[in-house]
Amino acid sequence: MADTIFSGSGKGRNRYRAGDSSIQYKDIRHLVPKQLLRTETAGLPHLSESEVVRHFTSMARKNYGVDDGIYPLGSCTMKYNPKINERIAGHPSFLRIHPYQRESDVQGTLKVMFELGEMLKQITGLDAVSLQPSAGAHGEFAGLLMARKYYDLKGESRKLVIIPDSAHGTNFSSASMAGFEVIEVRSKRDGTIDLDLLQEIVGKHAADIALVMITNPNTLGIFERDILAISDLMHKNGSLQYYDGANLNAIIGAARPGDMGFDIVHLNLHKTFSAPHGGGGPGAGPVLVRDYLKGFLPLPVIGKEGERYYLDEDAENTIGRMKSFYGNFSVCLKAYCYLLSVGDRLKDISIDANLNANYLKKKLGRLFDIPYGKNTMHEFVMSARKYREQGGTALNIAKRLIDYGIHPPTVYFPAIVEEAMMVEPTETESIESLDKLVDTFKCIVKEIKTDSRLLEDAPSEAHVKRVDELRALKEPVLKES
Amino acid sequence: MVDYLVHSEEDRKRILGYLGMGGVERLFDFIPKKLRNIPLKLPPGLNERQLHHYLENTACLNRSLKDFSCFLGGGAYYHYIPAVVEHITSMSQFATAYTPYQAEISQGTLQYIFEFQSLMCRLTGMDIANASMYDGASSLAEAVLLAARVTGKNRVIVSGTLDPKYRETVSTYSYGPGIEVIETGYKNGLTDIGGLKKALDKNTGAVAIQTPNFFGCYEDVFRIRKALDSSPDCLYIICTNPLSLALLKPPSEYGADITVGDAQALGNPLAYGGPHVGYFAAREKYLRQMPGRIAGKTVDREGKDAYVLTFQTREQHIRRTKATSNICSNHSLNALASAVYLTLMGEEGLKDLAAACIHGAHYFAQRLKETSHFRKKFGSAGFNELVVSTDLDIGMVLDELYKENILGGLRLDKYYPELADSILVSFTEMNSIEDIDRYIEILKRL
Repeated sequence: MADTIFSGSGKGRNRYRAGDSSIQYKDIRHLVPKQLLRTETAGLPHLSESEVVRHFTSMARKNYGVDDGIYPLGSCTMKYNPKINERIAGHPSFLRIHPYQRESDVQGTLKVMFELGEMLKQITGLDAVSLQPSAGAHGEFAGLLMARKYYDLKGESRKLVIIPDSAHGTNFSSASMAGFEVIEVRSKRDGTIDLDLLQEIVGKHAADIALVMITNPNTLGIFERDILAISDLMHKNGSLQYYDGANLNAIIGAARPGDMGFDIVHLNLHKTFSAPHGGGGPGAGPVLVRDYLKGFLPLPVIGKEGERYYLDEDAENTIGRMKSFYGNFSVCLKAYCYLLSVGDRLKDISIDANLNANYLKKKLGRLFDIPYGKNTMHEFVMSARKYREQGGTALNIAKRLIDYGIHPPTVYFPAIVEEAMMVEPTETESIESLDKLVDTFKCIVKEIKTDSRLLEDAPSEAHVKRVDELRALKEPVLKES
Repeated sequence: MVDYLVHSEEDRKRILGYLGMGGVERLFDFIPKKLRNIPLKLPPGLNERQLHHYLENTACLNRSLKDFSCFLGGGAYYHYIPAVVEHITSMSQFATAYTPYQAEISQGTLQYIFEFQSLMCRLTGMDIANASMYDGASSLAEAVLLAARVTGKNRVIVSGTLDPKYRETVSTYSYGPGIEVIETGYKNGLTDIGGLKKALDKNTGAVAIQTPNFFGCYEDVFRIRKALDSSPDCLYIICTNPLSLALLKPPSEYGADITVGDAQALGNPLAYGGPHVGYFAAREKYLRQMPGRIAGKTVDREGKDAYVLTFQTREQHIRRTKATSNICSNHSLNALASAVYLTLMGEEGLKDLAAACIHGAHYFAQRLKETSHFRKKFGSAGFNELVVSTDLDIGMVLDELYKENILGGLRLDKYYPELADSILVSFTEMNSIEDIDRYIEILKRL
């Protein structure tokens, strides 16, 4: 079997042809300016169809997905991805639709987008939506550009964005890309936003503050109890409040960002709304806003007049287009299917997600420190610091979990916890599955005490041993040459 | 009905009991009471059969390309997708995995990213490529941000022959750092090089050209490169459909600093515009300024080949406000589709396919001469697209074609008011000679 797609050398093995043999080809050299014609071959692979399939199948075996087992990556919400949604998204009448077809021929597609938007508005408590952004970070960027333009048009030069130290890295870089400067605020001892400190900052920078970005519950899994006071403070200051929807799974059906005073929200349809992550994407990052920001949304938005759905491409103050077309439709469709399946039992999702995380927290709390352990919801962050000296670092524990056939939690994030392991089981794990995870952690803690080399050498059962990241940097090989 | 939950009522009670909680409301105790009574009006859930039935009916509100002969392009192309591509990308080990942060359990994802990077480098001739972007337009926008960053110059020139939606996306992204975007005009379907020279100044950080351009014409990429000689710092950004590179010179050979584009044409369905997939390739000296993820080949502790995400200090989760981009999720599974597609096609298969597109366009252009009201708008030869103009009402023409189930092309008036008499007609291997003949016969009738 080929090690890489380039290693098979059998020139002429590749027989796949998509063209139509009935066309009488003229010599293409007459049809393309000579100086633009390729003179050397590109060096594409020479594999037969069966070799191609075997190559990629062997690679699939070296991977681990949600269908293989528990995937407790904190802040990633790795829940089960319903198979019926894949089948529906694969329907030719959804897939073989050109983005420039007439509106009258794409009413099914527009209906899905419109109705998904309506449901997301209800779930978040906001007034208007654009499905255009391709991912969470893309949605953040859209939201921040809207805030930028909103203040620019008001003639206010607000340049500062406040972000708690526990926030996702994307918050910081999205703010920066949108042309803002960031003030990072230290969390309180209980892991939540320090209202006094926030008041101090607002007092000091008042008219310079554009918005505060909040993930609620935050990345420690803790609900920001002062959210209404924070909202009051920001709005009195003429600032906006931004909701990072990465952790919506904790409160879906139980509480809404809109009621908490948020003005701009992005959601991750590939997290809370069950679309698969695809090994890192594609996702979808719809952005929702209050009425007064509606005209700033990225275009197009989907409108409905009578029974007709249409693309609305005329908003005076729009930030414009974030990408070529109308959003990652197939991902939106999967989220729509998910919501239609769940229906009015939405809150059961957050109930079970929180039950599972709390169950794990109590059990794993006997093995690890949980420095911010109170009032957590769908995820929690535990620390391996007490095992560090004996070789039980978060990294080593993560690698040892792989030997037991379990995907590790998120490690070393958030940075405010030493040797952090961020655990989010999601609602689609059974008690047995959670218990297996706990038992595995128990075994590993025992190994730290008895034979920590097992951790330092881990993984030993995976397809490869510990990968040399330093060498990848020092002697970069970024393509097959 | 199907909520995909796992717990029985008994399970819930067991967990609540273990946690010492009297009821599930306790899980939300710390949310202020007034936030907890929410007025959700969602319909009862559907079971799988009902859901399938409902969505099949919804799908039927669409008229898919199966019903048409499609000559629409303009950045999204209707190509045949081999069964192998669908088969591989639907494997759950690929589809349901997360970003490969834990290398040892993600070698499959990491290796195909590495192979995708390699394939894009081979096609474009560039030194390095990343793991994918959202689409071609956002990839171009990121290239412009990179250029402004490395040159410290806040002015870029984009050609008027570049896909209008790409230009709009560049403008959106440029609003953040305050980059001034200048659009140059075109002459006979090609970038006006004289105008471009005039627009160039010492504050220009990049010039972005699409070739074959939005009108399907080949830009004079060598002359444009030469025009940049007077601005040695200015980056030359090339935007191209990777399918064209099966036959055309790689952008490295005419001095591109960055090459970007959309790889949808390589194995990804149209899906009403997304998800498609952007690629981003550059000269090696921009490695530390690249946006997005990059996979590298290294070894494991026993010296065996292994793959890993590398140069991560560029990225948002480490560098935060100083990151080269905020991109986190990309379009990995679509990059896999393109990698599988290119592997299956191989050099000869891809050449054959590109030739089919070119020949379709040329055959159409030849036969267009038989009509009395239609002509090829621009003189230069086209790749997979060409602009057709008419002295008849363009809406009427498209309607007449539509009556015969032909999607005749894309109206250009919205983006080019001066081309209100024109449409962009696109060709892939899906347009048979018979389809083209039928199209022409209708035009002859008008």
